[in-house]
Amino acid sequence: MRFTRDHEFIDAGEDPATVGISEHAQSQLGDIVFVDLPEVGAKLKKGDAAAVVESVKAASDVFAPASGEVVAVNAKLAESPSLVNDDAQGAGWLFKLKLSAPAELDGLMDADAYAEYLKTLG
Amino acid sequence: MSALQTTPLYALHREYGARFAPFAGYDMPIQYRGGILAEHAHTRAKAGLFDVSHMGQAWLDGPSHAALAESLEVLCAADLKGLAPGRQRYAQWLNETGGIIDDLMLSRPESANGRLHIVVNAGRKAVDYAFLAARLPPGAKLTPRPERALLALQGPLAASVLARIAPGFEKLAFMAVKAAGGLEICRSGYTGEDGYEISLPAEDAEGFARRLLREPEVALIGLGARDTLRLEAGLCLYGHELSEEIDPVEAGLAWSIPKRRRAEGGFPGASRIQQALAEEPQRRLVGLKLDGRAPAREGAEIVSPEGAKIGIVTSGGFGPSVGAAIAMGFVEPAFAAPGAALALLVRGKPLPANIVPLPFYPHAYFRG
Repeated sequence: MRFTRDHEFIDAGEDPATVGISEHAQSQLGDIVFVDLPEVGAKLKKGDAAAVVESVKAASDVFAPASGEVVAVNAKLAESPSLVNDDAQGAGWLFKLKLSAPAELDGLMDADAYAEYLKTLG
Repeated sequence: MSALQTTPLYALHREYGARFAPFAGYDMPIQYRGGILAEHAHTRAKAGLFDVSHMGQAWLDGPSHAALAESLEVLCAADLKGLAPGRQRYAQWLNETGGIIDDLMLSRPESANGRLHIVVNAGRKAVDYAFLAARLPPGAKLTPRPERALLALQGPLAASVLARIAPGFEKLAFMAVKAAGGLEICRSGYTGEDGYEISLPAEDAEGFARRLLREPEVALIGLGARDTLRLEAGLCLYGHELSEEIDPVEAGLAWSIPKRRRAEGGFPGASRIQQALAEEPQRRLVGLKLDGRAPAREGAEIVSPEGAKIGIVTSGGFGPSVGAAIAMGFVEPAFAAPGAALALLVRGKPLPANIVPLPFYPHAYFRG
């Protein structure tokens, strides 16, 4: 699993890759009440605004951690957006991405580097 | 950036795991460990304790109640002459065009003649105090009370809790006030629930809050849930539904302008407000209920079924007790009828919504 500086995760252990927000991100956002997911078939470039996570207080963009095509979205979030709070990096995943440039992942942080990065945020 | 101020309960908030954010120049608790949804539900079911010490408390003093009320009725459209001892009023300071400088609560103590206690919005304190200082006649005096803290205890179990902690106060009528032993308590609030606001010396605030928190029904509630609670209760928030460009009739506050004031005028912007009362205001504050869960936030455009822009959202989010996304906003009067279908533009997408009567969630004020 790899992480962006904007607190998305991408798990490319299987094809397609799974994208969501990090445990740290869900904890910072607080209670999540709605997730606006991309359309299946959408072609995303790394850094594109891909989804929006709405907490009680505010809306937060989720950016594509890598380029590719959205091949599935987590339909359970329509009824249970709180899955993102309960299990952000598991059952609360957002969408699956068929990567078009897997080498982009090399520029992302692994779990240890992300943990170090979080420390710098105070 | 200047340093943020803190309230007398700052250490207590930290101890309870508060997440802080700047609000009106204060470092305020937005939520505690349970989160906004749990805090919201707790207040609707039991008793929530809010620290609202950032709000501006002040005395207004004059030679007599009649003289003080006379000089303040020049600045607002409320009935202050008829305010009885031990009673509280909601009012708005108005500018020359009838716009709202601030909204506030005024209380007349049972004992002192010629004195009113006011509570104004934290973010408008400086504006209010300058406005009053410039307009009060000789003989009337404004005295800010920064040495006072303000707590709110809100929810269906607030009265039974207060009966244990400060016996006697719990029997207050709605919008009544009473002072004893350094406490000044009124029965009102900003959640739509029964409850109290408790003014007390800053140095006593932490001890008093800890005594309340020892009661099993009481939990600390942050500003996040305070906002979702007031939104469901359809209550206006300065800077959102209220501003110097918006008059009280547009904002749905005509109920706070009694018959005598409507007839007599004599308040700033009287001609605009009297016209809005007699005919139709330019725009009306309405409640909007969305079909789905996706929230429409402040600033979202309100569009007619044909796609024409007819208004703007002033507050919006998810209503935890309503179980749907809700919003308040201003629309042209032709579109303001309950049931009217329209849409709110969120990230370019029109989300279907209907006009609904306010409040979204029924008020449960104490009616004795």
